[in-house]
Amino acid sequence: MSDTTAYQGAGATPYEPGFGDYVQLLKPRVMSLVVFTALVGLLVAPVHLHPVEAFSAILFIALGAGASGALNMWWDADIDAVMKRTARRPVPAGKVAGGEALGLGMALSGISVVMLWLATNWLAAALLAFTIFFYAVVYSMWLKRSTPQNIVIGGAAGAFPPMIGWVAATGSVSVEAFLMFALIFMWTPPHFWALALFMKEDYHTAGVPMLTVTHGRRATRAHILGYTLLLVPVALGAAMTSIGGPVTLAVTLVLNAWFVLGAWRIWHRDESMAEADKYAVEKAFFRFSLLYLFLHFAAFLVELALKSAGMGGW
Amino acid sequence: MTFRPEHDLHRRRFTRNLGLGLTLVAFVVLVFALTVVKVQRGEPLQGFDHTFQPALVPDEETQP
Repeated sequence: MSDTTAYQGAGATPYEPGFGDYVQLLKPRVMSLVVFTALVGLLVAPVHLHPVEAFSAILFIALGAGASGALNMWWDADIDAVMKRTARRPVPAGKVAGGEALGLGMALSGISVVMLWLATNWLAAALLAFTIFFYAVVYSMWLKRSTPQNIVIGGAAGAFPPMIGWVAATGSVSVEAFLMFALIFMWTPPHFWALALFMKEDYHTAGVPMLTVTHGRRATRAHILGYTLLLVPVALGAAMTSIGGPVTLAVTLVLNAWFVLGAWRIWHRDESMAEADKYAVEKAFFRFSLLYLFLHFAAFLVELALKSAGMGGW
Repeated sequence: MTFRPEHDLHRRRFTRNLGLGLTLVAFVVLVFALTVVKVQRGEPLQGFDHTFQPALVPDEETQP
């Protein structure tokens, strides 16, 4: 009798997770953003690591982010199960047991922090440990279910990777690292609130106190515009530092003008207008927000390449 | 003799074992490479080994 016949004899075959199911626990799409922003933070730093150290640093920063994703999926399995966007995640879908997600998250947290310390320095490792703690405990366990400011404060967790990349190379925090952090921190609220506007039933069903649920859609639209305007000086500030230059400043001006225009259009609409075109403006703003962040960090890389060729930079 | 068709459960178990195996091999290779880089880029290492080593004594202590 084989494994499968034994299971069949006992009733329905239980799901046994494949490797891909465990990879899904690490939120690979979020990890890709972490890899990119941490890589930029590391490359634009004035100190250069050996390629093996640099590769290790990025790998373990990404692994730490994945670990916090697994811990988040373990803790949030109940609300993930009732939201359309997250119902297919491995834990609510019944592919991986909650305890396994917890174990994987804890193990990878420890491995990633210790290995980042050994590969680079203790400050980068401490920042990574704090990021994991902040996302898993402060955001997932505390803020997410208790305050509409969840995404504002919790956004810090996603903002740390470029700072960790910078610190991994230099061993210290600087104004450039802080502004890269601030750029993602201020970008996060409008990005997620735009999502909340068109995924309107999800957060309400799950009882997550998103701004759309607690203060209504009018207030959310106003908050999107407010935070988008606050993002402008941060983005301009980053472009004026040693990691920026004329190209970065030009890209920053265009991106922010377009982003503010999108936020202004969202602010000007009401629900009947949004319903009429199936939230086309909100969806376009959300998609552009992804491009906004990517192009901002890509501009820092272009500036670095130009500086190496004796052109860009201030 | 005919082989029974492979069940999806076996396929998933195989991917898990293969993935874990490759991950562990990659981790060992990475730690080895990191060790080589750290040793090559580090300062020459000398430690206390129960014998007097003048090279380890700071200069000012060796001056009369």
